[in-house]
Amino acid sequence: MLTRRKLLKSAGSTGLLLGATGLATPLLAQGTTIKIGYVSPQTGPLAGFAEADAFTIETFARVAAEQGLDVQVIVKDSQSNPNRAAEVAQELIIDDEIHLMLVASTPETTNPVTTVCEGEGMPVISTMAPWQPWFIGQQGNPGDPASWQPFRYGYHYFWGLEDVIAVFTNMWGQLDTNKQVGGLFPNDADGNAWGDPNVGVAPGFAAAGFTTVDPGRYQNLTDDFSAQINAFKAANVEIVTGVVIPPDFTTFRNQAIQQGFSPKAITVAKAILFPQSVETLGEAGHNLSSEVWWTPSHPFKSSLTGESGADLAAAFTTATSRPWTQPIGFIHSLFEMATDVIKRAPDMTDREGVADTIAATSLETIVGKIAWDGADVPPFAAANVCKTPLVGGQWRRKDDGTFDLVVVDNTTAPAIPTGGTMEPLA
Amino acid sequence: MNWIDTILQGVLLGGLYALFAAGLSLVFGIMRLVNLAHGDLIILAAYLILVIVSALGLNPFLAALVAMPVMFALGWLLQRVVLNRVLGNDILPPLLVTFGLSIVIQNALLQGFSADSQRIGAGALETASVDFGPVTLGVMPMLTFASAILVIVGLNQLFYRTAMGRAFRATSDDPVTASLMGIKPASVFAQATGIAMIVVTIAALYLGMRANFDPTIGPARLIYAFEAVIIGGLGSLWGTLAGGVIIGVAQTLGAAVNPEWQILAGHVAFLLVLLVRPRGLFPRAYD
Repeated sequence: MLTRRKLLKSAGSTGLLLGATGLATPLLAQGTTIKIGYVSPQTGPLAGFAEADAFTIETFARVAAEQGLDVQVIVKDSQSNPNRAAEVAQELIIDDEIHLMLVASTPETTNPVTTVCEGEGMPVISTMAPWQPWFIGQQGNPGDPASWQPFRYGYHYFWGLEDVIAVFTNMWGQLDTNKQVGGLFPNDADGNAWGDPNVGVAPGFAAAGFTTVDPGRYQNLTDDFSAQINAFKAANVEIVTGVVIPPDFTTFRNQAIQQGFSPKAITVAKAILFPQSVETLGEAGHNLSSEVWWTPSHPFKSSLTGESGADLAAAFTTATSRPWTQPIGFIHSLFEMATDVIKRAPDMTDREGVADTIAATSLETIVGKIAWDGADVPPFAAANVCKTPLVGGQWRRKDDGTFDLVVVDNTTAPAIPTGGTMEPLA
Repeated sequence: MNWIDTILQGVLLGGLYALFAAGLSLVFGIMRLVNLAHGDLIILAAYLILVIVSALGLNPFLAALVAMPVMFALGWLLQRVVLNRVLGNDILPPLLVTFGLSIVIQNALLQGFSADSQRIGAGALETASVDFGPVTLGVMPMLTFASAILVIVGLNQLFYRTAMGRAFRATSDDPVTASLMGIKPASVFAQATGIAMIVVTIAALYLGMRANFDPTIGPARLIYAFEAVIIGGLGSLWGTLAGGVIIGVAQTLGAAVNPEWQILAGHVAFLLVLLVRPRGLFPRAYD
């Protein structure tokens, strides 16, 4: 079928419509600058994820210049808003005429951008969102697995809910508990996915011998958790888990202590991702545990600069005088991917070809090996999803009030060294 | 379900909502101005306290005392320079201006303080609690509730015992007649907003010590504050406290049944009160 895009593309490449319309863009422009579009939440509640953007792009520009690549990165701010993310993705593709899209940081950013790219036929590399919300969340009918379609242009690497379940249960397995788990699942995309009684975390926990007590969805930014605390007390809960935003977690933690509820382990996602959030808890932050996607002690090297994780984290801290955070490694790896694709692609203006080049990737990056070979991924998502290793960690409070993230369980990824063992909460 | 605990936690939560709402109630009662930036002004005050705490190393309560005159001046200026110009028969311009102000404050804070979660540390006080036999109540929520009562007692004294309060009430009842008696509504409004900002600073202190805040978190609590004001009745400060407590108790009772009903129960209580008493529980003014 002759679509508008195919007509423009073939016409553009043969130069037929060039003079005639003045609108068709010469896609065949060898020797011109390669443009990379990058959408990330620079401002708004998700801005913490994008903290390393400027630092990483600077590194990338420096290395690209050294290697003689003529590349320009165009950054657009999603303002932590999915609608805005879709809008700027459209702008990047149509107005800025980019050749490759990069996107990162939570489904609120990755999903709208990937959807736009898929519609416009623009190759996109995406990361930092668990793969289920990314893949299933973009399907026309997320409830019907038979209808799920793979993506032609969208490629994603990160971990999935099954990894979180494995990591959490392995960590709890190190402690002596009654295996009663209390869940704090809010009424948002993450909370509903995690808290779903059939496809959420509860069946996985049950398979590992843990019983989940789920009082129900609550509204984000709630000021009172006494109902959940009473429910957990009544069920004799010794482990608390969930996917909680930072202000709610502080409210819960303080109310739990005030009302005399002291579980042996609190393992939550989201709330304690950044050291700044943990520091606001003071002593109540000691030994909280969480899933860990990247640390400076991960035994990987950058394909871009040859730096180890520790080198990268140190360079970031020197440049910005901020502590390292987990997204730094992943944002860096995104630009490793871009460099690799640009080097391998025979023609960056051929979108189909670029998509094939991404699919054929096999690259050792700072976050581990990235290859869309379907390893450990269900068949329906095998073409578009690549998994990176996930381990479990605990925050340890130091005497000066700052916190260290220590890897305490690596059963799921033995290559990543542990720095200690799981300790119960005081 | 532990009834006593659930209800007491709800009452204490109501104190927090009443603190959020008291400043709003004051401004709304005197000049019929719906300040959509109220939540953001609370966050602004929280950052101000945070800056004072980290710069001078003061106790948060002392830092709030330092922040109060600054916020008063800010409120006075805001009313004089911006809001007085848009007050009139049409309610839309002040709504739009405060809506814009809300966006400006959020983004200015984001620019200045980044999106990091912040917290006003209060040390051991944060998690301290007192055991009353069947229930254990946190010291911080009890302090919040006591402060809400003190704020309302203070504002009532100001309203009914001072010349300034008489001017407030007169302007609220009939600005034209009040100005015939030598009261300048513009200056009364500016004083009222300044005082509202002092209340905002107290609310900010407790919000900042209770949980994390970031620049975008302000509007979330605004709806409960509005509901507390409306339930209580226009111009009644004790009504605002009662409204806060009603919403707080409804929320904890709803949550005890199922956390999904927490927010809904508050809204349902609000609608029920309006159904029975359309003017709120204790309306002072009829207009």
